[in-house]
Amino acid sequence: MSSARESVQTYTPREFHRQAHDALGNPQIRANFRRAMDGLMGKRRDVFSDWDLETLRELGASIRLRALAKLPDLLERLEANCQANGIQVHWAENGDEACRIIREICQRHDAKAVIKGKSMVSEEMHLNAHLEEAGIVALESDLGEYLVQLNEQTPSHIIMPAIHLNTDEISDIMHDKTGIERTRDVDYMTAAARAQLRERFMAADVGISGVNFAVAETGTLCLVENEGNGRMTTAVPPVHVAVTGIEKVVEHLRDVPPLYALLTRSATGQHVTTYFNMISSPRKPGEHDGPKEVHLVLVDSGRSNIYQDNELLDTLRCIRCGACMNHCPVYTRVGGHTYGTTYPGPIGSILMPHMMGLEETKDLPTASSLCGACGEVCPVKIPIPDLLVRLRRESVGEGRGNVPGAGVKRTRKEAAAWKGFQWLATHPTAWRSGAALAGKLRALAPSKLGPWTEYRTAPKPAKKSLHELVKRHQAEKAKREERP
Amino acid sequence: MTPVKLYPPKPEKVYFFGTCLIDLFYPDAGLDGIRLLEREGIEVIFPQGQTCCGQPAYTSGYHDEARAVAMAQLDLFPESWPIVVPSGSCSGMMRTHYPQLFAGTEHEAQAKEVAGRIFELTEFLLHVCQLRLEDRGQPEKIAMHTSCSARREMGLGETGPTLLARMGQVELVEQARAAECCGFGGTFAVRHPEVSAAMVEDKTQAIEATGATRFVTSDCGCLMNIAGRFEHQDKAIEGEHIASYLWRRTS
Repeated sequence: MSSARESVQTYTPREFHRQAHDALGNPQIRANFRRAMDGLMGKRRDVFSDWDLETLRELGASIRLRALAKLPDLLERLEANCQANGIQVHWAENGDEACRIIREICQRHDAKAVIKGKSMVSEEMHLNAHLEEAGIVALESDLGEYLVQLNEQTPSHIIMPAIHLNTDEISDIMHDKTGIERTRDVDYMTAAARAQLRERFMAADVGISGVNFAVAETGTLCLVENEGNGRMTTAVPPVHVAVTGIEKVVEHLRDVPPLYALLTRSATGQHVTTYFNMISSPRKPGEHDGPKEVHLVLVDSGRSNIYQDNELLDTLRCIRCGACMNHCPVYTRVGGHTYGTTYPGPIGSILMPHMMGLEETKDLPTASSLCGACGEVCPVKIPIPDLLVRLRRESVGEGRGNVPGAGVKRTRKEAAAWKGFQWLATHPTAWRSGAALAGKLRALAPSKLGPWTEYRTAPKPAKKSLHELVKRHQAEKAKREERP
Repeated sequence: MTPVKLYPPKPEKVYFFGTCLIDLFYPDAGLDGIRLLEREGIEVIFPQGQTCCGQPAYTSGYHDEARAVAMAQLDLFPESWPIVVPSGSCSGMMRTHYPQLFAGTEHEAQAKEVAGRIFELTEFLLHVCQLRLEDRGQPEKIAMHTSCSARREMGLGETGPTLLARMGQVELVEQARAAECCGFGGTFAVRHPEVSAAMVEDKTQAIEATGATRFVTSDCGCLMNIAGRFEHQDKAIEGEHIASYLWRRTS
């Protein structure tokens, strides 16, 4: 059995610490992510080098904010315009309901085989497992997703699902699971996967895709991709089901180019992707190809709860480029699976608590040094560090209490420690005496400070605090000035 | 768009907010910062009532406690002099987060007023004092780690390196991934010690690879973390707050 196969396991946000420990101790994971993230950061930097990036980010943020400000209205317009185009629109309160809707569409067409384009929302609701229970085989056609599915894993990145695997591991998986020769020839493996998938496209009864932008004014579904599998998924099978979160709607067609420009450059450093699909209806009379039916499933799954809060709302601006994870020093070191959630990295840490509750995900908002790299590169300027702090507040019960599981992290001991800190820092005389005492007793300062000193030397309190040094400095100065 | 920051002319006096880490662990860095300001002919007022900006509680989610601590600092600066802070992270807390923390409270206006007078030390030395430096030290190759708060929250990625470039005998070398976090992150280093350790390990390796014999930083959190890691491995590379480095070589 190959090493890639041995790594098959399930992950949960509850086990973040253990999973982080394992990932940090795995040189292959460390090297794969470091190399990949360095490459992606470099590509992004280069592709934006001759752009007025700040102005473009402002534009991106304002387009998303305007769409969110009008969200209820835009969703109704999207529904009306899609229906006018012949696209059937469904609403799902949660993932289970969305799964049921899609399963019923499949069953109505007596579907046995489904081909899927890349869709993180379908991952979020565990669609493949749901369909499998109903005897419907769902096959991922995005190359990365295909590999991850072959390896019985979940994506470790929202744009590059198999980024945790290197060429040798992919070779092992392709060999073990599809019987091709072991090789390091990437073109050969890609061609093999292409041939394997091509047959399945032709045999699929239903194609399921995600949506990058849903345009309200025209009822158009935009799909960004590089492999052509998205176009095949949405054009070859007789039925196409697009599934997406309710926040993906934009108002105008003219809102799309700036967001697309930001998305591809932020995600993979590309000026454009190989394919950009605009789906506006099923096959029309007289047309020779395209699906006979197109469905749009709009999923809420906690999004309208996020929408109610004027700070948390910013979470919904996201256009799913993954730049925050590419630039996150924590994600780079622990990889995507460690988070144990559909969306890993900074965006996952501000989104998943709403979907899974803080009890499950309480270690995610703290898994950040608040270095700000995510917020700096976010193409729609989501204040990710501020939202991480907001969720920390919710975790310890000092927020607005409107996130599921609020207060779950509050312990009497920790709350008392912060009250103690508050008391000391609001009583300057006690503070100064404490500092002076610490200086006098510095020889007794512990050289072991829990986890800190496993990797670092413990800092020792100074002999004299700055308060004391300044007093002495001022006295000396006064003395010098007194002298003639 | 990022607003263009306009700096005031050099004032007669400034307030100095030393920060709790400097107060307790690196007081010389604070005093050296004060000396640099005094040498520019500025009278430095050090309010003895100061303690901590409240950031540790703030980033841990304990905002009621952070607000109380911040409140105890707001009244320390009654006159309109600039407030100089020898830390990117504490100055970021006071400039950016004080207004957020007091939004909608009766102290909002005061918090905003104080926030508007906050300057990070290297920022103040460079842009307000137009500091000239006469380097009297031996030729030396050093690296600088600019803290994430200084770089991103305060937009001060260049102030430290610009000051160091004015030191005739100092060769500043840039480590790989210079803009990446050192892994301190306040309570992050305690809550996620292994991830933090992996980050500081990479940072020390990158600094070592430059061949620098010393590194400087404008934040004592990073200093404690990076220097603590070097010391733990018995490496000869020493760390120092940039204020001490500048003062030591020019006095």
